[in-house]
Amino acid sequence: MNLFLATLLSPLLGGLLLALINNPRLAARLNVVTGISTFIFSVLLALEVLGVKSVDAMDGWFHLDAYNVFLVVLTAFVGMTTTIFSGPYMRHELENGRVDVMRLRLYHSMFQLFQFGMLLGFTTNNIGVLWVSLELATLATVLLVSLYRTPASIAAAWKYFILCGMGIALALFGTVLVFFTSSAVLGHGNEALNWTALYAHAAQLDPAVMSIAFCFLMVGYGTKVGLAPMHAWLPDAHGEGPTPVSAVLSGLLLNLALYALVRCKMLVDGSTGTEMAGHIMMGFGLLSLAVSALSLHKQRDIKRMFSFSSIEHMALMTFAFGIGTSLATFAALLHMTVHSLVKSAIFFTVGHAAQAMGTQKVAEIRGLIRHHPGIGWGLLVGVAAIAGFPPFGVFTSEFLIFTAALESYPWTTVPLLLGLLVAMAGLFRFVQPMVYGETPDYAKHVHVNMTPVYIHLSLALLLGLAIPGFLADWYHQAATLITMAATAAGGGA
Amino acid sequence: MSAALVQQLVDGFAALMLLTSFALLAQHRMLSVLHWFAGQGLLLAATAAIVAYGTDNEELYISALMALLLKGMLLPWLLRRVIRQLHVHREVEPLMNGSLTMLVALGVTLFSFHIIQPIEKTSLLMTRDSMAIATACVLLGMLMMITRKKAITQVIGFLAVENALFFAAIGATNGMPLVVEIGIAFDVLIAALIFGLFFFQIRTTFDSLEVDTMNAHLIHKDDDE
Repeated sequence: MNLFLATLLSPLLGGLLLALINNPRLAARLNVVTGISTFIFSVLLALEVLGVKSVDAMDGWFHLDAYNVFLVVLTAFVGMTTTIFSGPYMRHELENGRVDVMRLRLYHSMFQLFQFGMLLGFTTNNIGVLWVSLELATLATVLLVSLYRTPASIAAAWKYFILCGMGIALALFGTVLVFFTSSAVLGHGNEALNWTALYAHAAQLDPAVMSIAFCFLMVGYGTKVGLAPMHAWLPDAHGEGPTPVSAVLSGLLLNLALYALVRCKMLVDGSTGTEMAGHIMMGFGLLSLAVSALSLHKQRDIKRMFSFSSIEHMALMTFAFGIGTSLATFAALLHMTVHSLVKSAIFFTVGHAAQAMGTQKVAEIRGLIRHHPGIGWGLLVGVAAIAGFPPFGVFTSEFLIFTAALESYPWTTVPLLLGLLVAMAGLFRFVQPMVYGETPDYAKHVHVNMTPVYIHLSLALLLGLAIPGFLADWYHQAATLITMAATAAGGGA
Repeated sequence: MSAALVQQLVDGFAALMLLTSFALLAQHRMLSVLHWFAGQGLLLAATAAIVAYGTDNEELYISALMALLLKGMLLPWLLRRVIRQLHVHREVEPLMNGSLTMLVALGVTLFSFHIIQPIEKTSLLMTRDSMAIATACVLLGMLMMITRKKAITQVIGFLAVENALFFAAIGATNGMPLVVEIGIAFDVLIAALIFGLFFFQIRTTFDSLEVDTMNAHLIHKDDDE
């Protein structure tokens, strides 16, 4: 499994090397090279894994199956395009004196370390190590959120640190509880936290303990996913950090937390044989959808606004995973992909827009299309895509989630539809005046790099028009894997 | 040492653990909070060592050593330096007065024993009490974070929660696997270093270590214009 090691070590070594490089230009290039190499390795790895369905690497310390290998590729891909975007973006910030050379070094290094934490979390077979790597990725991003050292950014980073630290501590308590019951079955050792072993023996785990454990895991990882009412850290962290960081927070980190939650749900389903875990997830999903859709309307800061849209979409995925039928899971996985692509594209565009206008306030960003057609159209198309307009992939996945909800819990379609409509209205209410209209005279010319945005949006378009066969197969494999736990237990009960 | 004796010792340490959690909540002077926190760290190390001896689990000795060095010595020492350098000895009027806090804490403890009850029936080990107490300590640490205003006491509350989790792992499950244990310790260490960095940044930026002052910057962001 040399490819696997290469995928994991590429960001780690890149990050360590970047910590030593002072020259901003060289560091930006090396950052891109690291991103590209990680992506290439991950694709090769995915091809290898898909051929054999599932692989254990390094004596069972790591486990790769259809579900996580797809997320590894997604993470590496968005990570790569973010490094490409961050080059000119951070150069602009450096020229404007918002960061200095030392902090830029910190930025590059922490960015790659974050990537490493993400990939480690997705691939590890040990739910304890999964926790550790999620915490690692969180710590790396805390330093990134406070990069500008403004009062607001420090306050935001502190809030992020404390709230997520707390949440993640609860998740650790849940993990301890899982170990408490699993060590009775699998013996006192690493085996008892190994996901594959747990999964195989899920039916023997004590249902009462697993139910309590799930409550802690749900609240813990749910904080990290950004579910209401534990979402307070998310808008601040997104709003105050540098834009490439907002892009990976929304596009990647939230995915890892949701991934962890779904893995835990599979265990709980297998143990209890009831749909309790799914129902809790659906409840949190619907609540967060409502809260985020309404909060969207109150925002005055463009990045905060889009961070509420991220909560909305994470809520939708949580809801879909909660339904737990194979159609719903398929839709949730597809939604995860398109949301990561589109949302990071939007953040890239927003970053350039904020630089061009010299502000993040929605009320002061005007006339983007006239000022710079690339940014204006990018934002407009991106928002259309995220709001769920056909023919983009978000429409397809939302439609599928709807169908799945209609099949299993018809009444949920009412709050679902309402939430989506309110959120869409909120987005367009603000985006229209930003994109059209007169360009204010304080608008500056900035060097932009829209290529990553175009790539992301065209991929989202492609996924909406026709999902390529191999990708559909892939989602199917993953969806079967995830739903098997529930149906096996349901059949047994 | 017989197994029964080990069990009794662990139960005894669990009771002490609960005591330190209450003491942390009740203390108002920064340095006394810190002393109780250090005491909690030493207690953890002792518990881990006893369980290691009782179960013949060599990995646990390493955990015990890590707890002793990290939670009993390094973290309190770091926090003490921060307190000295930032001159924050005088402390905090908590949000709730002392007796009310104690009453709430009592309620929280009872609640913990209540939710852990389903486990009582299943447990093979006689660990239900330590599990309930660990849960109570987690919640008490959170209570401390909610009721205190200073960033430093919030962090001590956070670390107290970490301690309680460590205790849960040792007392109730005889310790998590070593890899996980090391990973967690590493994360806590990095977190503590970042916390330390933040204290100085917060102090220079806001001229105060009160969380309310900080949050004002975020709340006003929504209303300015």
